Amino acid sequence: MARTLINLPKSAKPGDTITIKTLISHPMETGFRPGADGRILPRNIVTHFVCRFEDEEIFRVELFPASAANPYLTFTWIATRSGRFSFTWRGDGGFDQTESAAITVA
Amino acid sequence: MAFLGLLLSGALAGAEPISPTERRSGFDQMSSEIQAMQRDDGANPGMLAVADGEDLWTKAPPSGRPACAGCHGAASSTMRGVATRYPAWDAQTQKPIDLQTRVNTCRREYQGVEPLAYESPDLLALTAFIAAQSRGLPMTPPDDPRLDPTRAEGRTLFEARQGQLGLSCAICHDDHWGRHLGAAVIPQGHPTGYPLYRLEWQGLGSLQRRLRNCLTGMRAEPFGYGAPEYIALELYLATRAAPLPLETPAVRP
Repeated sequence: MARTLINLPKSAKPGDTITIKTLISHPMETGFRPGADGRILPRNIVTHFVCRFEDEEIFRVELFPASAANPYLTFTWIATRSGRFSFTWRGDGGFDQTESAAITVA
Repeated sequence: MAFLGLLLSGALAGAEPISPTERRSGFDQMSSEIQAMQRDDGANPGMLAVADGEDLWTKAPPSGRPACAGCHGAASSTMRGVATRYPAWDAQTQKPIDLQTRVNTCRREYQGVEPLAYESPDLLALTAFIAAQSRGLPMTPPDDPRLDPTRAEGRTLFEARQGQLGLSCAICHDDHWGRHLGAAVIPQGHPTGYPLYRLEWQGLGSLQRRLRNCLTGMRAEPFGYGAPEYIALELYLATRAAPLPLETPAVRP
């Protein structure tokens, strides 16, 4: 499991614009670089990121080589109601990780 | 020609250490984007390692002996200020040691497990976690006379010309800080943020890794990891940087 950091406010008022920040530890190996033995290292990047709020997709990203290691993604959301966010990173070699966080809107 | 000028002026001016009032962290010379990245724990990639370090702090080693937290308790109180005092005198080996060696000594003596390799992710994470507890506190190298010979040796190393280019650390970091070397601004070279996340490395690295980089850049032979020369340099650099605040985990370009 890769280490992730997810930052968002625990609570918000309806109509507030909140900022969600995500960081995941990942080498983001481009597939173009030689390793210590001179051979090209296989590509190993996060290719997709999706954020859902209570099963509704609110943010989606496709990533390509040339993204820096430990990709940092931040986006905003207008608070509507309380619920849970789920964050899913998918990538090469079957990389698949989901984390979640809750928010109270009142 | 510009480079020749740098060499000549270095030779003529001689190294004058930076006065305490003029000391500035490399943070001040970074772009506002990278400064924002370091300030924001949600964006600072060094915080990934700090979180790893927190896990290691509380996890019991396979030997069945206590975890770091078993002896030291909550790091937020017991480790606050500790990193500002390193390198420090180690009574057992009668030598100055840095924080990483301290962690490894603890592992061997009290946890009965193998020391972690230099620059291994676990050692960097633990060191970053411990050092992060002292964020914002001023560097306070111990006023211990037993450290003085090593500190003096560090200063000699810092001011000695080395490598094929005949440069010394002091020529860049004492005499020419704030000017450019290629496209990069030369910082004063204060070790206030280690272990730090370097964008060029795309990962966390120790001060020893950074010193090796500089030595390679001077076309000098870098010392091996854990060499006493690094401890001497680290000790002099800590004295030279006081009382700047500790920034771990810092971000640098």
